[in-house]
Amino acid sequence: MWQVTEDNVESIAIGAGILGTGGGGNPYVGQLRARQALRQWGPVTVLEPEELPGDSRVICVGGIGAPTVGIEKVRDYQSYYALRAIEEHTGMEATSLISNEIGGSNSVEPLIPAARSGLPVVNADGMGRAFPQFQMKTFFVYGVPCCPMSICDEKGNTVIIPETISPIWAERLARAVTIQMGCVACYAVAPMTASQVQETAVLHTLSLARDLGDAVKLARRRSEEPIGAILDTCPGKVLFTGKIVDLERHTTAGFARGSVAIDGLGCYRGEKMKIEFQNENLIARRDEEVVCTVPDLICVVDTDTGEPITTELLRYGFPVTVLGFPAPQLWTTPQGLEAAGPRAFGYPLDYIPLIPEG
Amino acid sequence: MLIGIDVGGTNTDAVLMDGSTLLAQAKCPTSPEVTSGILSALEELVGQQPVGRQIDGVMLGTTHFINALLERRDLCSTAVLRLCLPATQILPPLVDWPPALRDAVGGLTFMVPGGHEFDGREISPLGEEDIRKAAREMHSKGVQSVAVCGVFSPVNPEHEEEAGRIIRQEAPDLRVTLSHQNARVGLLERENAAVLNGSLLRVAERTIQGIRQALTSLGISAPLYLSQNDGTLMNTDFASRYPVLAIASGPTNSMRGAAFLSGVEDAIVVDIGGSSTDVGALVRGFPREASVAVDIAGVRTNFRMPDVLSIALGGGSVLEGDLPRVTGTSVGYRLTEEALVFGGSTLTASDVAVAGGLAELGDPGLVKHLDPSLVEASLSHLREQVETAVDRVKISAAPTPVVLVGGGNLLVGDSLEGASQVIRPEHADVANAIGAAIAQVSGQVERVYSPERTGREEALSEARNEAVARAVAAGADPATVELLEIDEVPLTYLPSSATLVRVKVAGKLAHA
Repeated sequence: MWQVTEDNVESIAIGAGILGTGGGGNPYVGQLRARQALRQWGPVTVLEPEELPGDSRVICVGGIGAPTVGIEKVRDYQSYYALRAIEEHTGMEATSLISNEIGGSNSVEPLIPAARSGLPVVNADGMGRAFPQFQMKTFFVYGVPCCPMSICDEKGNTVIIPETISPIWAERLARAVTIQMGCVACYAVAPMTASQVQETAVLHTLSLARDLGDAVKLARRRSEEPIGAILDTCPGKVLFTGKIVDLERHTTAGFARGSVAIDGLGCYRGEKMKIEFQNENLIARRDEEVVCTVPDLICVVDTDTGEPITTELLRYGFPVTVLGFPAPQLWTTPQGLEAAGPRAFGYPLDYIPLIPEG
Repeated sequence: MLIGIDVGGTNTDAVLMDGSTLLAQAKCPTSPEVTSGILSALEELVGQQPVGRQIDGVMLGTTHFINALLERRDLCSTAVLRLCLPATQILPPLVDWPPALRDAVGGLTFMVPGGHEFDGREISPLGEEDIRKAAREMHSKGVQSVAVCGVFSPVNPEHEEEAGRIIRQEAPDLRVTLSHQNARVGLLERENAAVLNGSLLRVAERTIQGIRQALTSLGISAPLYLSQNDGTLMNTDFASRYPVLAIASGPTNSMRGAAFLSGVEDAIVVDIGGSSTDVGALVRGFPREASVAVDIAGVRTNFRMPDVLSIALGGGSVLEGDLPRVTGTSVGYRLTEEALVFGGSTLTASDVAVAGGLAELGDPGLVKHLDPSLVEASLSHLREQVETAVDRVKISAAPTPVVLVGGGNLLVGDSLEGASQVIRPEHADVANAIGAAIAQVSGQVERVYSPERTGREEALSEARNEAVARAVAAGADPATVELLEIDEVPLTYLPSSATLVRVKVAGKLAHA
């Protein structure tokens, strides 16, 4: 058992940026909100998933909307309202909260209602990375019902979706509601049991994010090379090191799609890497050969500082290192790949598992 | 004829321009209170003024405002009024400010009902009574200015404008800054910019007044304009209300000056000064703007700022080591005492440039003893630093023209990797003051529109008309206003095609 405090929330945000694989939205506002909530309501206790009591009721909360709107109409306590709404609707009080997504700004969302309600959070999440859509969670892939769910805005409006025919329908309906609410809403899903969490969540990801952030901060303080520190914390491999030389992006149906081309430096000189992204980095090719695919994690970080670079901040000239991390096992089964493998994103490719170095 | 003045950290440069001809130039040390340095430079210029010719305008770029913030000197106590409730309360105004600066502006903040959604709908009706109460409290606490920031005010400024009217009724002495005039979408950053602006109002009034008096004492009655961060001008009436827009005009002016002097509109500009080098990209004659948050005196903002990479390399940079490398320190204005070529004992970048035959400065005999292979190695090192910076700033991998300006431009030779050509225009050392002299007046507008509700053409023309109106209000001649850029950014994670559109126009100065 450990605690999230004002002091380690920055580490979690850095680590969540790395695990965000280029997506997950602007981390600045999320981190600031979590820090304020912890300052006002005090630290949040983190429970290990193995320690969950048998009668646990674990509620997953998250933000839904447009990050571009979220930097202006800053998200408030919507996730707290959504938590209370689903408790009232189901008649069950939550015993702990869980993050839907450890990558990006959603990673810290549960800390806000947890701080305010005094509930602990579970050291686990529903993705182990970032994905763009509500239904892309290990919970739902492995049979946890996504409804009833509540959606709340900051004005006091609440919508309950009691039942949908599939998680994709929940995503569609929730997003339509979110737009009417002004594009910055939060949701909460009916409670999971302890065994549902233990079997369908990606475990120990909040502490992983914290450890990654700590490692990067320590390396910076000691003027050490941050890439090694990242790989020592989370087994993976360097896919490429170089400089961004080309960038192509377009937006279709609400997704920032595009690709980034990187010219090799050091031992990669003379080679090229191309990464295709749809909010998150999905496919990495080295000289036309596919070297990493979703659901494995493809992370672009600043070579010098280890700072994760989201797809909207990619720019010509950045010296970057591309890191690959193996996907959580829950994503590499047939059902996992059906929901979030290359073909789920429209690529006619089979998943090739990444083998970590060493 | 026009006068351009650039007040830098070390020097105040001034130029007298007749159309595109440089008639005279002057360089004086910058004085702490700014005005007397400007006066000395102007006196030198006026002496060279052709008889019987009149000065039509004086354009000024200055670092004075940023210095006031850094030193927390003469700042107005500024309250913050955010129109937002029930949204955004988790992050109150001034939330991430350095405590010393927050204390310097007073730290009085209010959140009241109001603001808009991304599509222009109200979040809630404006809380008129709350605003009146807040204004009375500000007045009774002796606050001097107030920054008003409404959620999505760049999309719909009505609530900010109405709040401004209410405050003026309750507390007529309060200076009011409305955030939508300053910056773009991004609540905290725009609000911060508005607060910085409010805190600078008194410094701005005094500085502008001081320079006006200096001009009058020299018999110059021409109107005075200030350069903005984006390289365009504002008249003093506008500048005294929005000084924050003039906070970082230096790099922009040198880039605009470089475009003018070289005749190249798309290039990388390298401005090598005494202690630092600024590298930025020119796109159609204007500096490319930064897309990420800009930190001003420790406060996060999102102004219209040029995207400039600064490296610690200049004519006064100190070189050390067996294979001499720049150390990050510079002798600065003491170059003429400490550099080897001036009889000093410090090896500077200027010394190796003289020894390598790139520059003529001081006494070349004093660097004759330097080992030619070391000189060669040092110059390659300097060139590589510049090449790396150029490479990081470039917009594409294709070779691009590079324009070298600034007093230290002779540190690098005529060939740079990644450059299609290296241009070193005449008068490169006063490019910044020339950039101020030739500046245009701009207007910029940002809107979110939904194609389902408003047609794209209609939305764009509405935004363009508003931008033109802003340019004209800032002093542009309506007949010369042209479209500079339209930027459309679809909002991601939304299935609807709501789009953020940014329109920027600029025109020539309308002479009174």
